[in-house]
Amino acid sequence: MRTRLGGAVRAALLPLVGALLAGCSTLPQTPLDPKGPVAQTQTGLLLYTLYVAVGIGVGVTAALLYVVFRFRARPGQVGVPLQIRGNHTLEIIWTIIPILILISVAFPTVEAAISTSAPPSGALTVRATGYRWWFAFEYPELGIVTANELRIPAGRPVRLEITSNDVIHSFWVPKLAGKTDMIPGRINVTWMQADEPDVYLGQCAEFCGDSHANMRFRVVAMSQADFDAWVTHRQAMKQGPGQLAEAAAAGKALFESPAPGGNCLSCHTVDGTPAQGKVGPNLTDVGQRSTIAAGILENDYESLKAWVKNPTDFKPGTTMPSHARLSEKDLDAIVQYLQSLK
Amino acid sequence: MATAAKTLGILPRPTAATGFWSWVATVDHKRIGILYGVTAFFFFLVGGIEAWLMRLQLARPGLELVTAKTFNALFTMHATTMIFLGVMPLLAAFMNYLLPLLIGARDVAFPRLNAFSYWIYLFGGIFINVGWLMGTAAGHVPDSGWFGYANLTSVEFSGGLGPDFWTLGLLLLGIGTLVSGFNFIVTILNMRAPGMSLMKMPIFVWTILVTSAIIIFAFPSVTVALIMLMFDRAFAANFFEVAAGGSVVFYQHLFWTFGHPEVYILILPAMGIVSEVLPVHARKMLFGYSVMVFSTALIGFMGFTVWSHHMFTVGMGPVVNSIFSLTTMAIAVPTGVKIFNWLSTMWGGQIRFTTAMLFAIGFIACFTIGGLSGFMHASAPSDAQQHDTYFVVAHIHYVLIGGSIFAIFSGIYHWFPKVFGRLLDERLGQWNFWLVFAGFHTFAFPFHFLGLLGMPRRIYTYAPGLGWEFWNLLSTIGVFVLAAGILVFIANVVVTMRKPMDAPADPWDGRTLEWTLPSPPPVYNFAVVPRVHLRDAFWFHKHPEGKEQALEYGEPHPGPIHLPGQSLMPVLLALGPTVAATGVLFVRMRESFAVPVIVAGFVIALLALWGWAFEGEGGTLIEPGEGS
Ligand code: HEM
Ligand SMILES: [Cu+2]
Repeated sequence: MRTRLGGAVRAALLPLVGALLAGCSTLPQTPLDPKGPVAQTQTGLLLYTLYVAVGIGVGVTAALLYVVFRFRARPGQVGVPLQIRGNHTLEIIWTIIPILILISVAFPTVEAAISTSAPPSGALTVRATGYRWWFAFEYPELGIVTANELRIPAGRPVRLEITSNDVIHSFWVPKLAGKTDMIPGRINVTWMQADEPDVYLGQCAEFCGDSHANMRFRVVAMSQADFDAWVTHRQAMKQGPGQLAEAAAAGKALFESPAPGGNCLSCHTVDGTPAQGKVGPNLTDVGQRSTIAAGILENDYESLKAWVKNPTDFKPGTTMPSHARLSEKDLDAIVQYLQSLK
Repeated sequence: MATAAKTLGILPRPTAATGFWSWVATVDHKRIGILYGVTAFFFFLVGGIEAWLMRLQLARPGLELVTAKTFNALFTMHATTMIFLGVMPLLAAFMNYLLPLLIGARDVAFPRLNAFSYWIYLFGGIFINVGWLMGTAAGHVPDSGWFGYANLTSVEFSGGLGPDFWTLGLLLLGIGTLVSGFNFIVTILNMRAPGMSLMKMPIFVWTILVTSAIIIFAFPSVTVALIMLMFDRAFAANFFEVAAGGSVVFYQHLFWTFGHPEVYILILPAMGIVSEVLPVHARKMLFGYSVMVFSTALIGFMGFTVWSHHMFTVGMGPVVNSIFSLTTMAIAVPTGVKIFNWLSTMWGGQIRFTTAMLFAIGFIACFTIGGLSGFMHASAPSDAQQHDTYFVVAHIHYVLIGGSIFAIFSGIYHWFPKVFGRLLDERLGQWNFWLVFAGFHTFAFPFHFLGLLGMPRRIYTYAPGLGWEFWNLLSTIGVFVLAAGILVFIANVVVTMRKPMDAPADPWDGRTLEWTLPSPPPVYNFAVVPRVHLRDAFWFHKHPEGKEQALEYGEPHPGPIHLPGQSLMPVLLALGPTVAATGVLFVRMRESFAVPVIVAGFVIALLALWGWAFEGEGGTLIEPGEGS
C-alpha cells in the first residue's frame, strides 16, 4: 500500500492538498508531509481515504442539489406525486458499490497495520516515557538519558518502547509516525524513521491534565556520523560537568544545595554530580537542547531564568515549584550553570 | 372538569390541572415531553456558552482569556452537557411527546416511571454542574474529559471533586435513561393501535425501538465503569490503580463499549425524525421503508462491534486493529443506504422549502460529510494520524450538530404546531436555518484543516507558526454566526408563543396519526383509537389512491376515558439516589456525616417506592371533548 496505491495517490494530490491547506510547504507539524516510511504509509492511506471521501461527498452533494431543485414544489401543481414504495434493484446497487469501495480500502489497511507495527531489524532502541508534562528518552544500548529532545540517526529505524510514569499520554511526531499511547504499567513497542536530517515537531496527543497543551517535544534527526559523535560526547558527559566558570560553579553549588537554596537536585539529575533526582527531566545535556519546558520555550538565557523563577507562568499545574525566593544573582548563577551543561 | 377517581390507597394523589404542582406531579407523556424539551434546551444553551468561551480562547495563539484548568473544565463540561444533558434529552423530548401519538396510544406503558426518568435527569444534570459554583481552580468542576479516562480521574491526579460530580451525576442520568429505554420498548411492543403491525409503524418509532435496545445493552457497561471509578475514588479501591495491578486500558474498553453505541443513541432517533419530515414536506412516501428498518437495526447491532476503533492507538496490535477497522467500515454500508433512500424519497416529489424541510435537507448534507470523515477514521493506520486531532473534532461536530441538532430543529419546526397549537414563524425560520447552516460550516469545516495540519484536540493554547491561526480565527467567527442563528430561533419561539393558538390539526398534510388529532392534542390523545390498515394510513385516508380503507374509526368509547393519576412519588424516588450520591461526595470530602446522608438517600428512595406501590389508585376519568 505504502508503495503502490498510496504512493501514487499521494504523489498526485499532496501538492494540491498542501496548497489548499496553507499555500506554503514549511508547516512543521502536519502529517500530510511525511518524512519517513511509517508516516508515509499512514499518510498514503489517509490521502487515499480522503480522496474517496471527497469524491463520494461531491457526488452525493451534487445529487442532493439536483433532487432538491429539480423536484421543488411549483405553483399551480395539482394532485399528489406518485407514491413509490422502493426499488430493489437500485437498493442492491447502492449496497454493493459501497462494499466494493470499502474492500478497496480494507486490503491496504490490513497491509499497513502490519507493516507499521513491528520495527525492522537493526533498529536503534529508545525508551520514551511520558510524564506530566514532559518526555524522558532513554537509550538503553548506549546508556544515555535525555529529555524532551530526541536525537536519532537519520535513515535508520528507531525502535520505540513507549510507556508512561503517571497518566496516559500519547507519543506523536506527525511527520515521522502516527500516535502510540504512553500507558502506565504497559510498554508499547512501535517504530519510526526519519529519512533526512532535520528537526521534527511532536506533541502529546492524549489529554493528560492541566498542561496537556504544553507537552511538546522535538525529534532531531542527524546524520549517522553526527549522531555517533553526539553519542560519544554525551557518554563522556556522564563524568560530570568538569571545569566550570566562576558563575556557573556558584550555580552548581546552588543547584545542589538543599532547600532553602536551589534544591534542584531533589528532582533533577545531572550525570556525574550529586544531583540524582528522578521527578523532573534529566538535565545533563540541557545546555544543548533547543528548547526547554518540553518544547514550549526557546532555550535562551531569559526564558530559562523566567522558567526557573516561576514555572507555573508557563506550564500551569507543573510539579516544579517556583524559585522566586532566589535572588537575581542566584538565578543568574543557576542559569549560567544550566547553559554550561552541553 | 375532570372527575377524580375514588382514593383507595393510603395517600391522596395530587390532582391540580394547572399551575406549578400540576407540572411536578404530572405523568402525562406530553407534559413530560415538554419538560424534557425545555430543560434540555436550557442545557444546550449552557453547553453552547461553554463552547463559545472555548472558541474565544482559541481564536488566537497564546491567548489568556481563561486558565488552562478552566479550559479543560469547559471542554469536559461542554461535551458532557451536549451529549447527556442536551442532545439525548432533546431527542427524549420528541420520543416522549410523540411516541404514543405515533402509535395511536393514550400514554406510554409506565407513566409514573416516565416522570421518574425526567426528574432524575434534571437532578443528575444539576448535580454535574454544581462544581461551577465552587470555581474551577481547585478542580471541583469535572476537567478530565467527557471520557473520564482512568487513571487521570484517580484521586492522585485529580484531587478535586470534579470527577466525583461527573461519575455520580452520570450514574444518576444513566438510571433515568435505562428506565426510559425499557418504558419505550414495552410501549412500542404492547400499545400500538389495532392493525399497526411492526412493519406498519412510522419509521421514527422503529428508531426509538432500536435506540432503546441500544440503551439497554450499552448503559450497563458504562455503569460498571463508573461504579468502579466511584469505588476507586471514594473508597480507595484499586480497579484502575496501576501500582496495585489495576489496568487503565480496561476502563477504556468498558467506556467505549458504551461510548460507541452511545453515538447511535444520538443519531438514530435523529435519522428517524428526518425520515418523518422528508416524506411529509416532499409529499412522497418514505422510499424503501423495509430497507430503512433493517439498516436501522443493523446499525444498532453493529454499533457494538466497533468500540475498539476509539482505541487504535493504545497498542492492541495489528490483528485487533485490522478487525476493528473492518467492522467499522462495514457500518458505512447501512448508513450509505439510508442516505440514498432519503434522496430517492425526495425524487419525484413536490418539495416545499419549509424551515423543517431545510433543516432536514441540511441534515443530509452535513451528516454525509460527517459520515465520510468517520469512514476515514476507520482505517487504523491512517487513524494513527487523525486520532485526537481536530479532524476528529470535525467529525464529531458534523455528526452531532450537522446530524442530531439539524434533525432536532427540523423536528421542532415540524411538530411545534402540534405541541403548542401555533406555527413557528417561517420568515424567522428561514433566517434561523441559514444562519445556523452558514455559521456551522464556518465553525466546523476548518477543523478538518486544523486536524490535517497537526493540531491536537483538548489543548487550551497553541504556538504561532504552525499554520493554525487563520483556521482557528475563522472557526471562532463561525460560532458568532451560529449563535446568531440560535438567537433567531429563541426569538421565533418567543414571538410565536404570544400569538393565539390557531394552528390547524394537520398543517403540513401529514402522514402519521398525530396529525389526526387537534393541535394541541387533548390529554387522552385519541378519543377513538383508530384501526390502521396501512403504513401512512392517515395520508391514504386523505389521498385514497384506491386505498380507501387505510384508516378506520370504530365506535367511540362507551363512557369516560380513564387516565393515570398524578403522583409525587416519581420526584421523591428521583430524590433518593440524588441524596445518596451527595453522601458519596461527602465521603470524598471526608465529612463525618457522609454515611448518614447515604442512608438517608436510600430511606427516601424506599419510602417513595412504598408510596409508589400503595398510594391511591388514582386515575382520572375524562369525557372525550372535555379538558385538554
Ligand atoms: C453550539 C455549537 C458548538 C460549538 C461552538 C462547539 C465547540 C466545541 C469545541 C471548541 C470543542 C473543543 C475541542 C477540543 O478542544 O477538543 C468541542 C468539543 C466537543 N464537542 Fe462541541 N461544540 C458545539 C456543539 C456540540 C454539540 C451539539 C455536541 C454533541 C451533541 C458537541 C460535542 C462535543 C464533543 C463530544 C466534544 C469533544 C470534547 C472532548 O474533547 O472531550 N458539541 N466543541
Ligand atoms: Cu500528555
